[in-house]
Formats: sequence, structure tokens, C-alpha cells
Amino acid sequence: MITLESFLLVSALLFALGLAAVLTRRNAIMILIGIELMLSAANLNFVAFWRFGANPEALTGVLFVLFSIAVAAAEAAVGLALIIMIYRHYRSINPLKFNVLNG
Amino acid sequence: MADASWIAHLLWLLPVLPLAAAAGVTVSPPSRRRRAAAATIGAQAVAFLIASALFLVVLKSSGGGDEIVRQTFNFTWFNFGSSSLELGLLLDPLNAPMLVMVTFVGLLICIYSVAYMSNDANFVRFFAFLSLFSAAMLGLLVANNLLLLFICWELVGLASYLLIGFWAHKPSAVAAAKKAFITTRIGDLGFFLGMIWLYAEAGTLQFYAGGAGILEQSTLTQLAAGITIGGMALATAISLLLFCGAAGKSGQFPFHVWLPDAMEGPTPVSALIHAATMVAAGVFLVARVFPLFAATAGPDLVSTALTTVTWIGAFTAVFAAAIAVAQTDIKRILAYSTVSQLGFMMLALGVGGVAAAIVHLIAHAFFKALLFLGAGSVIHGCGDEQDIRKMGSVRRFMPITFATYAIGMMALSGFPFFFSGFWSKEEILHVVHGWPQSPVPFYLALAGTALTAFYMTRQMRFVFFGNSRAETAAKPHESPRIMTVPLAVLAAAAVLLGIFATPAWPWFHRFITGGTATVDFGRLFTAGTLGLMFLSILLVGAGVGTAWVVYRRLPGSASAPDPLERRLPRLYRALADRLYIDELYNATLIPLHGAAGRAADGLDRFVWNGMVAALTRIILLLSALSQITDRRLFNQGFDSGCEILRRSGGRVSGAHNRNIQARLVYIGSGMVLLFILFAWI
Repeated sequence: MITLESFLLVSALLFALGLAAVLTRRNAIMILIGIELMLSAANLNFVAFWRFGANPEALTGVLFVLFSIAVAAAEAAVGLALIIMIYRHYRSINPLKFNVLNG
Repeated sequence: MADASWIAHLLWLLPVLPLAAAAGVTVSPPSRRRRAAAATIGAQAVAFLIASALFLVVLKSSGGGDEIVRQTFNFTWFNFGSSSLELGLLLDPLNAPMLVMVTFVGLLICIYSVAYMSNDANFVRFFAFLSLFSAAMLGLLVANNLLLLFICWELVGLASYLLIGFWAHKPSAVAAAKKAFITTRIGDLGFFLGMIWLYAEAGTLQFYAGGAGILEQSTLTQLAAGITIGGMALATAISLLLFCGAAGKSGQFPFHVWLPDAMEGPTPVSALIHAATMVAAGVFLVARVFPLFAATAGPDLVSTALTTVTWIGAFTAVFAAAIAVAQTDIKRILAYSTVSQLGFMMLALGVGGVAAAIVHLIAHAFFKALLFLGAGSVIHGCGDEQDIRKMGSVRRFMPITFATYAIGMMALSGFPFFFSGFWSKEEILHVVHGWPQSPVPFYLALAGTALTAFYMTRQMRFVFFGNSRAETAAKPHESPRIMTVPLAVLAAAAVLLGIFATPAWPWFHRFITGGTATVDFGRLFTAGTLGLMFLSILLVGAGVGTAWVVYRRLPGSASAPDPLERRLPRLYRALADRLYIDELYNATLIPLHGAAGRAADGLDRFVWNGMVAALTRIILLLSALSQITDRRLFNQGFDSGCEILRRSGGRVSGAHNRNIQARLVYIGSGMVLLFILFAWI
């Protein structure tokens, strides 16, 4: 029997991996991928809590995850577009160099 | 008296007016000559009018009883703690005639100076000083307080210093000014000590303050009863100290040296110093505090203090008259004559004749001012020549000066009957004759009288008679009217004043001592008066006659020896060298003073300086110590503390970088920490 805890453990691992990617990579695309990983971890949690929750008959969790994936897709599209624009401007996608607005 | 009493309240104006004139003239530019002279003369004239009015007020109020009427105006100067310092003005028969005399003579001298100083570049400054001089003297006269009197006394000294040294381009004038200032200051030291002592004993310095003043009976009794060192009464000791000041100012024997040197000033100044103001101050002081001098005396007015005054006065009278015999400077002769006449006044004071002294002071002021101004006229006319050996026959060129000078000379020598000097001197001889202690002062006074007649005749012979011995070809010329008119006025005063001072109608004396004068020609013919008068006429005649015989044939040239020198060469030389008093001081006092100065210098240099240096070392050491603690302890402590702060700040500021990912790390770790915290709780 696979318990809720194992799902949560996997989701936490996924989130940690994504966070590690966001915090350490020097490539904007990799950071974006890290963000996607963290979103997937959140989606997995939604599904797991729905499956082991009080009312598994209603399709709330799945539906929420579908919305979340759609939003993530839009976000990825906007993010990649931004990265392209930045790359054209700076000829680099290293986030350490995007510090013009930093005081 | 109610109708005229308001005039008495104008008393304060007397010193204030000339003072205001002095202040105004001082700040006016040197080109305002006319205005300066007008302000000075105007102030003097108004002061003279007020003084005359005051005199009349005193005259009216004192007619009648024997009581002396005094009007005092006391006020509090300032308070310190519970005690207060009182000052006051005083109007009484003693100072009222003096006020008239000072303002009158001062006025004439100011007018005379307009012509005498007309070529001087510092004309305006001169008038400022004259005003100051007169203001100080008037302040001295009206003071009802020894302190106020002392303040004005010092102002007189200051003004005399400024005026004697007026021609500061002459080194001799500067030296004379210094000599006058320092010599009188030595006397003033005694005055000052006496004043402090008096204040300590009596608690006040007011002369008359409704029974509590220092010249009133209760204080005098207390002072006479107190005994100090050597069994001397307090009153005697204080009087002697005060007399030091008076002797200094009035050129009495040990302090007389400054007076002849004061001739370096312009002649009107000599007239002012010698006649109206400065030297009169000393006599006036003794007359003013006479009750203190006489505090220990019985009804015969003999006390230690007064005896001292008598002897010093008598000695000075003869001593200075003798020196005057062998002087060749026209002004120096007059200066020694002043010293001698002041000796007469002191003598009169010493034997208790305050009235005789003051009458002689006033008579002397008139004829001595006349003589000095006459001498100034002669000097002016002879082209600034002061040596009588280089004059001669001036009579023919300067008739007005000659006539007035002759009147002055006869008044001074005591020519009988028509001159004030005769009667005032007669009165002095009279009181001295009655002195119970010793007849010697009387003989000294007689000798002084004869000598006075002798040296004045000698001077007259040299200056006005014989042939001209001038070295320059220029003829003497009579002085302008503005100089001769004051001479004539003074000559008239010198004659007329005699009317009020004869024994037949001793109006003046009674006025000062209180009481009414009656006309009684019989007094002239009482045995004592008549005998004395006869004696003094005889002596004056002898003096004049001897001089006339000795100087019948004047030396032919300025370099020829004096006829007296040919007969008594050693005596003449000693007298001409002023009996070596200056040399004596040069040989004794001045080296002593120098030695004291050097001793003080050595003390300063080695003892005090060494102590100060040692103290400095100690302080330097202490400061070095504190410097070390400062540097090592506090500085370094603070420095390292600051360093730590700076470094840690640097470290913390490193976290605040531009790395967006690092910030996310902080946010993440913060969240984790919060979660952990949340889980814990």
C-alpha cells in the first residue's frame, strides 16, 4: 500500500531539486526548468492530497492540477520569451548579469 | 536761606563742567583750535560764576554766629554686601574761597594760554589737559570724602604729568614729567595707606556725615584714644601718613625735587600747577583734615602730627628760599619760591593757623600766577629765553609786563601795606610767633622772609634792569593784549585781596574760622602786631636793600660770574647746585632702588622662575602620562572596537549583494527556519 507520506516525500524531493536548480544554476533556462520542477512537486501534492483526502469522488484535485499545468505552460512561454529578449540584449542568459535595476 | 539754597545744589557742576569740556575737546580734531579754546574758557567761566554764587551763598549762611556752616550732599556710590560706599560733596567756608580762586585763576590762565600756545601744533590737546586739570582740582576741593578726594588727587597728578610732559619731544620734559609723577606717587603711597587705615578704623571716609564722619568728634575721640606701634596715637600715625601725600603734592622738603623740574612744561602750566591747582592740593588736604591732625592736641593745638608739619614747613621755607637765591632760570627761581611759600603755609597749618594758611594760599595763588604768567610773557617776548643772565633791560621794552611783574614781586616779597602777600605773611608770622613749643620756626620764617625779598629783588634786577645781555640781536617786544590783560587782572587781585586780610579787618580769616569780622584799627597797634610788622618790614627792607647793593652793578655779559658768586663762591655754588639734594638722591635712593629692583629681578628670575619651571616639568610629566594612557588605552581600545565593527559590517554588507539567487537562498533558508520554528511550537 503506497501511503500519502511516500507521495509527499517524492514531492518534497522534487521541490528541493527544483529549488536547488533555481538557486544554483547560472543559466536562466535551467532556472526556468527548476521552477517547472517545483510546480510539478506542487501538482503532485494536489493530486496526492485529493486521492487520500476526505472526498476522492469529486474530481477537484485533478481539475486543479489541469489548471495549474495550463498556467505553468503560459508561464514557461512568457519566461522563455523574456529569456530570448534578454539574450538579445545582453548576449547572455546568466541571471547574475541582469542587475541593472539593482540599486 | 531757602531762596538761594538751590545754588548750592549746583556744586556738582563745578568739576563736571570742565570735565565735560575736557572730554569734548579731547575727541575734537586738532584743527578745531578756536572751538577747543572756547569750550575750555567757557566751561571755566561758567564754573567761575557758579563758584562765585556758591561763595556768596556760604557768605550769607555763615554771617552771624561762630558756628561754621557746612552743607553736605552725601550719596551712596555702591553697596557691597551689607556695607556701602558713601561719597559726598561738601560746601563750607574752607573750600568756597578756594573754588573761586581756582576757577578765577584757571580762567585767566586759559585765556592767557590762547596767545601763549598759539604757535603750538598740539593746541587742542593742551586745552583738553587744562580742562582736565581744572576739573580734577575742583573735584578735589568739593569732595566730602577722603576717597573722592584721593581719586581727584590722582587725577591732578595725572593731568600734571600730561602737562609737564606736554612738549614730549624734549627728553628733559619727559624726564621731568616722570619725576613729578613718581615723586608725588611716593607721597601718595603714604596717603593711600593712611586712607585705608582710616577706613579700617573708622569704617567710613566721609568727612562730615551728621556726626559719623571722620572729622567729627566721636570718630576723632576714638582715633585719638587708639594706640598703635610705639605708643603713637592712631590719629597721629594716620595724620603722618596723610601728610606724606600732602608733602609730595605740595613739594615739601624730602619731596620737593619734582617741583623745579616741572618747569619743563609750558609756562601757563607752571602757573596752573604752582598757583592754583596742584601744589595747593597738599595744603588744602592738611587744612581739610586738620581736625584729625589736631585730634590729640589740647587747647594749645600742639600734637605730634602738627609738630612734624611745622618743622617740615619751616625748614622747607628757608631751604627752598636759599636755593632760589642762586638759580639763573627765571622759572626755576619762581619754582623754588613756590616751594618756599608752601613751606610757609605748612608752617602756618602746623601751628594751628588754618585760616592764615588758606589766606596765604589764595593770596599766593594770585600773585604767583601773576609772576608765572609775567615770566611767560618775558620768555615769550625775549624769544623763548629763560636764562636771566641773558636778559636785562626788559623794562624798557615790556612796560606792562614790568609793572605787573613788579606788583607780583612786591606781593611775594611782602612789601608793606598795599599788597596781599604782606598781610597774609604777617598773619603767618603772627601765628608762628605764638607757638608754645619752640621759637625756632619763627626765626626760620623770618629768615625765609628776608631771603624771599633778596632773591626776588635779584631776579628783578637781572631781568628788567641794567643793559641787555641777550645773545641775539632781536629786541624784546611786549606781549599781545590777550596776555597782558590777565596779568593786569591778577595784579589787581593781588593788591585788592590785601584789604580783606589785614588785622584791622580780618574778614577773610573770620570767614574761614567762623564768626564775624569787625573793623578795629586798634588791632594794628597792639604791641605784638606792631612789633611783628615792624620786624618783618625791617627784614624785607634788609633783603631788598642787600640785593640791590649786591646787584647794583650787574655782570656785563651772560658768562660773567654772579656778583654773589664772586663774594661767596662756595656757598653760591652749593646753592646753585640746589644743595646737592638731587645728587644725594642719585647717590643713595636711586642705587638703593636699583638694588631693590635687581634683587627683585633675581628673586623673580631664579627663585620664582625656578619654581614655575619645576611646576611646569611636573605638569608636563603628568600630561605625558595621560597622553600614554590616552593613546595606548583609550585610543587603541576604541580603534580596535571600531575595527571589529567595520569588519563585521563589511562582512554583513557582503551578503547584501547583487546576486538575486543568493537572495533567494536567504528567503528560502528564512522560510525553512520559520517552518522549523513553527513545527517546534
